[in-house]
Amino acid sequence: MGAALTVPLHRLAHGRSGDKGNRSNISVIAWHPAFWPLLVAQVTEAAVARQFAHRKPAAVTRHLLPTLQAMNFVIDDVLDGGVNDSLNLDSHGKALSYLLLDLPVEVPPELAVHLVGPS
Amino acid sequence: MPKPPLRVGCAAGFSGDRTDAAGPVVDALIASGGPAVLIFETLAERTLALAQLARRQDPSLGYEPLLDELLGPVLARCLGAGVRIVSNFGAANPEGAARRIHALARSLGLRAPRVAVVAGDDLDNGSQRALWRPAAEGLSVVSANAYLGAESIADALVAGADIVVCGRVADPSLAVGPALAHFGWRRDDWDRIARATMAGHLLECGAQVSGGYYADPGLKDVPDMAHLGYPIAEIEDDGHCTITKPAGTGGRIDEHTVKEQLLYEVHDPRAYLTPDVVADIGAAEVTQLGPDRVRLAGVRGHARPGSLKVNICHETGWLAEGEISYAGARAEARARLAAEVLRERLRGLGPLRADLIGVASVFGDDDGRWLAAQPSGDARDVRLRVAMSHTDRACAERLLREVTALYTCGPAGGGGVRTALRARLGTVSCSVPRAQVPSSHRFVTEAA
Repeated sequence: MGAALTVPLHRLAHGRSGDKGNRSNISVIAWHPAFWPLLVAQVTEAAVARQFAHRKPAAVTRHLLPTLQAMNFVIDDVLDGGVNDSLNLDSHGKALSYLLLDLPVEVPPELAVHLVGPS
Repeated sequence: MPKPPLRVGCAAGFSGDRTDAAGPVVDALIASGGPAVLIFETLAERTLALAQLARRQDPSLGYEPLLDELLGPVLARCLGAGVRIVSNFGAANPEGAARRIHALARSLGLRAPRVAVVAGDDLDNGSQRALWRPAAEGLSVVSANAYLGAESIADALVAGADIVVCGRVADPSLAVGPALAHFGWRRDDWDRIARATMAGHLLECGAQVSGGYYADPGLKDVPDMAHLGYPIAEIEDDGHCTITKPAGTGGRIDEHTVKEQLLYEVHDPRAYLTPDVVADIGAAEVTQLGPDRVRLAGVRGHARPGSLKVNICHETGWLAEGEISYAGARAEARARLAAEVLRERLRGLGPLRADLIGVASVFGDDDGRWLAAQPSGDARDVRLRVAMSHTDRACAERLLREVTALYTCGPAGGGGVRTALRARLGTVSCSVPRAQVPSSHRFVTEAA
């Protein structure tokens, strides 16, 4: 058995961001059911809070949807005020799903066959 | 004996969406031979405030500016085949939109459609102002609207409307209203209403469920994005639905596109709140039935909230933005220097955001922590973008002048200055007791 690989989350899952006011929600959807336990174990509220630390979120809440092999993150006060107040070009935070999907994840070698995209 | 399925097609997901989407959707709805409804969702949070400002300038306006472009290509076919139309394209002036539709029908040589307007969402009048005033103390209010539910849409359809024109209603209610009218569900059949609500939720952003806003080359490929097929939900008597799209169109519908849209702008998936129901997708199931055919099941519902959400839009001042490009050797260093110069020139006017497009311009925060953490690089093609907001127009305009002055006073080789000044709108929201916000429909018969 080889050592675990560390890969960005986007090789295991995809997702989309939405906004309501100063709150962002980002879905994380497993590409393969075999990844679901890994996502639950590693894509945690604490890991996501670290990934967005520079935007000083007030809270990160994770909702699990096991029948969809998906999770939904609700990240409070992460949009610099949101679409009406932020000075960001992307005031909706539309691109933030790609910041979350950069999160490093450890994958055991036997699951590497299911990884998506080029290494 | 269960009723036949109802097909609901969606041909717009926001004001500004493609206007040529409806044709293939209407063709598919007619070809199905069954009962069918076409919806257009064109009213984002601030769209209504912009419409209210337009109406202040001209009382005949204030509805969706692209109404003719959206309806013109399909109105004859919809009226001819009995495909009814439901939309929130009435925005700040549903009656004005109804009159415009009559004029459009007349100019196309069509019979006069039965057009109903839904009223009750606009709370910026008379005694209803007291319902939300405490939430808007001291604000320069542009609009105040409650999110209505599906009831008046359903009532208007039952009363024979060909077209139902709404202002602010919850987006999924555009699909729930037709389902209530078609199936005759009890208005407290929470499971069925929740299922139709999630069908509406999948439809409400147009192509976002059928391959739009999904593609990522090599990872998530979508065929023929230039001709995306917009979605159709086949809603069954038990409320569950199958999502599909017109044959021969681009895009894709699979379990992954449906899951992305199912969770879009959802917070707690076990309590998705609308005026019609509290929907629970915590045990939802998404199953591919065939090419571009995905079924959603397992949705449950709970009693609707006792209050309605009210959105209040208000004027907050001005957003000033300016950009300038640097290219070639040391481009990034020159762009960073230009940002420093602007910070010093605009000191005291409030927070200035600086982005280096091509280096770091999106993930960053307004306070610049992200950009400061990026090591200085040697990017050779960089566009500096700065932004500032201010309640005073003259102060905001200072940014525009300072960016322009970089032409002669900034680092070497800066070019392509663009500046923009925009009025900003803010929103606050509150909730009001449902009983205080009655909704109703009425038929409008005269043309504009």
